[in-house]
Amino acid sequence: MKKKMVSLMLAGAMMAALLAGCGSDGASNDAAAETETTEAADTTEAADATEAADTAEAGDATAAGGTFKIGGIGPLTGGAAVYGVAAKNGSQIAVDEINAAGGINGMTVELNFQDDELDAEKSVNAYNVLKDWGAQVIDGSVTSACSIAVSEKTYQDQIFQLTPSGSAVDCVQYDNAFRICFSDPNQGIASAQYIGENGLASKVAVIYDSSDVYSSGIYEKFAQEAENQPFEIVAAGAFTADNKTDFSVQLQQAKDAGAELVFLPIYYTEASLILTQADSMGFDVQFFGCDGLDGILGVENFDASLAEGVMLLTPFAADATDDLTVNFVTEYNNRFGETPNQFAADGYDTIYTIKAAAEKAGITADMSNEEICAALSQAMTEISVDGLTGDGITWDASGEPSKAPKAVVIKDGAYAAM
Amino acid sequence: MKTKAAGISKTTKNDLITYGMVILTYIIVQILVSTGHVSSLIQGLLVPFCTYAIVAVALNLTVGILGELSLGHAGFMCVGAFTSAVFSLAFKQTMPSGPRFFLALLIGAASAALVGFLVGIPVLRLKGDYLAIVTLAFGEIIKNIINALYLGVDSDGIHFTMKDALSLNMKEDGLVLIKGAQGVTGTPNDSSFTVGIVLLLVTLFIVLNFIHSRTGRAVMAIRDNRIAAESIGINVTKYKLIAFTLSASLAGVAGVLYAHNLSTLNALPKNFGYNMSILILVFVVLGGIGNIRGSIIAAVLLTLLPEILRGLSDYRMLIYSVVLIAMMIFNWSPNAIFFRKRLRQRLTAGRKSEKEEA
Repeated sequence: MKKKMVSLMLAGAMMAALLAGCGSDGASNDAAAETETTEAADTTEAADATEAADTAEAGDATAAGGTFKIGGIGPLTGGAAVYGVAAKNGSQIAVDEINAAGGINGMTVELNFQDDELDAEKSVNAYNVLKDWGAQVIDGSVTSACSIAVSEKTYQDQIFQLTPSGSAVDCVQYDNAFRICFSDPNQGIASAQYIGENGLASKVAVIYDSSDVYSSGIYEKFAQEAENQPFEIVAAGAFTADNKTDFSVQLQQAKDAGAELVFLPIYYTEASLILTQADSMGFDVQFFGCDGLDGILGVENFDASLAEGVMLLTPFAADATDDLTVNFVTEYNNRFGETPNQFAADGYDTIYTIKAAAEKAGITADMSNEEICAALSQAMTEISVDGLTGDGITWDASGEPSKAPKAVVIKDGAYAAM
Repeated sequence: MKTKAAGISKTTKNDLITYGMVILTYIIVQILVSTGHVSSLIQGLLVPFCTYAIVAVALNLTVGILGELSLGHAGFMCVGAFTSAVFSLAFKQTMPSGPRFFLALLIGAASAALVGFLVGIPVLRLKGDYLAIVTLAFGEIIKNIINALYLGVDSDGIHFTMKDALSLNMKEDGLVLIKGAQGVTGTPNDSSFTVGIVLLLVTLFIVLNFIHSRTGRAVMAIRDNRIAAESIGINVTKYKLIAFTLSASLAGVAGVLYAHNLSTLNALPKNFGYNMSILILVFVVLGGIGNIRGSIIAAVLLTLLPEILRGLSDYRMLIYSVVLIAMMIFNWSPNAIFFRKRLRQRLTAGRKSEKEEA
């Protein structure tokens, strides 16, 4: 009897929850613009209250042109939150700038960014939430595996998807999916070519994270391309997410093999540890990394002088002096109190790319998602975007961006072009 | 009511309520979906509901009926998910989806059962919490092995390595099935709500019948008093192994459902790690240890809760944990149980007096 009571109550709660889900669906179908702007205000809690009020006002003011709803997906909580939050903040800055300048084709842009906790299943849930909200294009997912899972669904529903930083090959396997960042293979090949063509070393060691999609993806292509280049890989040390604090074994291996250059296709947190440990074991060698190393100068308790001379191939450097980057970095610093990383830049470029494509295709608010998707997919191949992560970025139908990687070297605690 | 109940035993009636609940939910949801009253979020969650309900029921068999603690059910899910996903991917072009998914199910269940059996052989001979420790380690080991495993197939046969994709030495026609940390990509989407419900019903049928069978009674006897059970000639290790292997294979089925719902499959700490095992245990404990129906309801509720709290943004994690604590107190605190009892007495007393007045 007792159990029955409990199960009855739970069942009741479940039904109530289901009904609540249905209710919100019904509401969103014929939702008034007002409720939507308040929802948007809820989701952009990171922005302070006055800004939220500003967007709400803007929403009311330009309601004539309708609203263009962009749904963002990325990890906002958990270990990868730093990437998702950066992409979200970068996108939000772009959205606010565009709205202040009159929106896209007269439409006010709304961004609703949902958390996926770095889990493909949650990412699909987040996508469904955005679909209920009425998202017309998807900005996401920030990470590769989630992006692949979501692209399966956006392809079914024919919703245009542009991922800021989903770098795995399969992220853009469908016609409706494009990306802003380099793909992992491109980074690996470009790095190998750069090292080979500039004669940086003849013996190269690699330390990579075998449990990470990004890192192992780059390593794989780097190793493949290395065979065509005038250097050889003398040591390849792998580590996993579960033991990424002590790299003395991998470093010793590289040292014993006589490596002149260590290639680090990894993120900056681990790289800072590697640099520190290499220094303490007296292993003085050239380090070379990819865009994941961007941010290494901001690591807490890390002696930035150790990063002196490290080379990296990155599409974005926060210290660049062009107006676009300077404005973005200042704005980001003012609003979020930190220096933006490449994910923030990718997020920013994503929104401006959507804007460029939408203007090219003449998107209006009353178009259906299928029409928007077809029009944007077509327009993507015709536009050229000058963004934070590259000048004159163009896309082909496969969804891959074409932009030149920039090699920078850390000199006197700042990035300098090479 | 009483005349009806006379024909069937109390346990049968209880079981029928459980089946009825699942079938009724299915019918209601199907009607709501076909009339367009269900949001995309809920539609997307229907298969995960079934997945987690199945694995919760499977774990309840270990925790509630066998009386052992397993902290590695996410690991068994992982085994089922990866073996079936590899199979489905390898035969994606050459087999129709129906039989392929059926075979994938069998393969997933069988491989998880085999692994469960192997883990169980040494551990289930021991008394105490050793199963919890070993399954905990097992779950982590499986996750790490899969993250380092590269598996491919070409005209020469199957290649595998623990190094990197290049070392597979595949021919041109080769297909890489598991790409280390990148996992399995391109699994066909064979899972659907109907398949999920059918599997949940099959799981319920197996578990409920197992509990009421001679074997099940022997397992429960071991749980209640091992020495007494041994003294009447029950082979303790054998019965424990049967129950645990069954539990593992059902977790494998849940894994198959999981793998065929998404097009990517990675062994991340998030989906197949220690936290997931604990989450499954939370489903079981909140639903009531040994209470199969409770497990299903708790699994559905706790999967749904973080999603419907999305509007609260970052605070949803806080609310989620507060709700967990509140549910735990409501379900298990002696004071809360006493309060519920008194409330019920008052209600029934009120009802009786109403009847008398009438």
